[in-house]
Amino acid sequence: MMKNQNLKIFFDPLARNNPVFIQSLGICSALAVTVQLKTAIVMGLSMTFVTAFASMIISSMRNVIPKNIRMIVELCVIASLVILADEFLKAFFYDISKQLSVFVGLIITNCIVMGRAETFALGNRPWPSFLDGLGNGAGYGLVLIAVAFIRELMGSGKLFGFSVVPGAFYDAGYENMGFMLLAPSAFIIIGLLVWLSKTIIKE
Amino acid sequence: MENLISIFVNSVFTGNILLAYFLGMCSFTAVSKNMDTSAGLGLAVVFVLSITAPVNWLVYNYLLGPGALSWAGFPDIDLSYLKFITFIAVIAAMVQIVEMIIDRYSPALYSALGVFLPLIAVNCAILGTSLFMVEREYTFVESVVFGAGSGIGWLLAIVSMSAIRIKLRYADVPEGLEGFGITMIMTGLMAMGFMLFSGISI
Repeated sequence: MMKNQNLKIFFDPLARNNPVFIQSLGICSALAVTVQLKTAIVMGLSMTFVTAFASMIISSMRNVIPKNIRMIVELCVIASLVILADEFLKAFFYDISKQLSVFVGLIITNCIVMGRAETFALGNRPWPSFLDGLGNGAGYGLVLIAVAFIRELMGSGKLFGFSVVPGAFYDAGYENMGFMLLAPSAFIIIGLLVWLSKTIIKE
Repeated sequence: MENLISIFVNSVFTGNILLAYFLGMCSFTAVSKNMDTSAGLGLAVVFVLSITAPVNWLVYNYLLGPGALSWAGFPDIDLSYLKFITFIAVIAAMVQIVEMIIDRYSPALYSALGVFLPLIAVNCAILGTSLFMVEREYTFVESVVFGAGSGIGWLLAIVSMSAIRIKLRYADVPEGLEGFGITMIMTGLMAMGFMLFSGISI
């Protein structure tokens, strides 16, 4: 079950082949939830759930799906899983699901899910596909968490809603960067992180 | 009327679907390298959005929403949890129909849009607009204006980005930052520009 090759399938997309940084997929619907760490983590988890199970289900059906309607079959599987995730969040984490608003639904059109289903799940067995989906979802989640960490820390001086910047800093004239709470900052942070990760990976 | 104008201006500039809500990024980064194709894709998005937003409004308000089925004698049924799967199916079907109509009546436009039409079905901007429309409880007319406005906003963003990227060919971008990285940073700067419109009120 946990052969070397499978481990590689799981760990590769976490860093060296990260879906966001390296393959530049799936940034849509992602950045709007990165103002706070809490929403970013929930979004990352929902995404991981959907990618992992979508890959597994599609891979186990890969021999019976007719070729020319495979897109619509894939969309149906993905959409059903997203409905599950959305209903689950509404039932148990109502506040967070309100904050995430439409972005959970937009996982359906996230290119990562569709991309993994098309490129990996259609040609591999269910268990490796599950790991591949898990890894890609987690790689995406890591990017969200990194961006959210920077934005929440610099924008409101908090982490997970708790103040971490000491009061003495504010007394000495430190101010939160309001810019970090606005949309443009997410683009710029992603750009800089891509630069950083490409430089590190190259070496 | 004033309300409609403010929805329109808001969806084109301050609430730009791409620059403020990050929707449609994938095709944006992939296609904005080329001016012609990005204008073509942008127009196709405007077209599809102006159709799908009102169609999804009708579907939601007469089939799915809480109490929407009262015309059929089922006032207690709430099917709104089905909205994701229904919207995506409606969008895919509409894209297919639009593709066939264009193919039949304007082969020139068809060959120009060609590959992009099917791609639009999985563009998050389209699904996102429909979902925002439900969440903000727009009326039918408002949803038409909102759909068209979002499309035009997206078109504006992708065309100006491809114009900037043409200039960028002659720039010396640091290694590792070229391609995706610099595109994101430029998008960020553009988003800042668009946010300045938030000072305008009608």
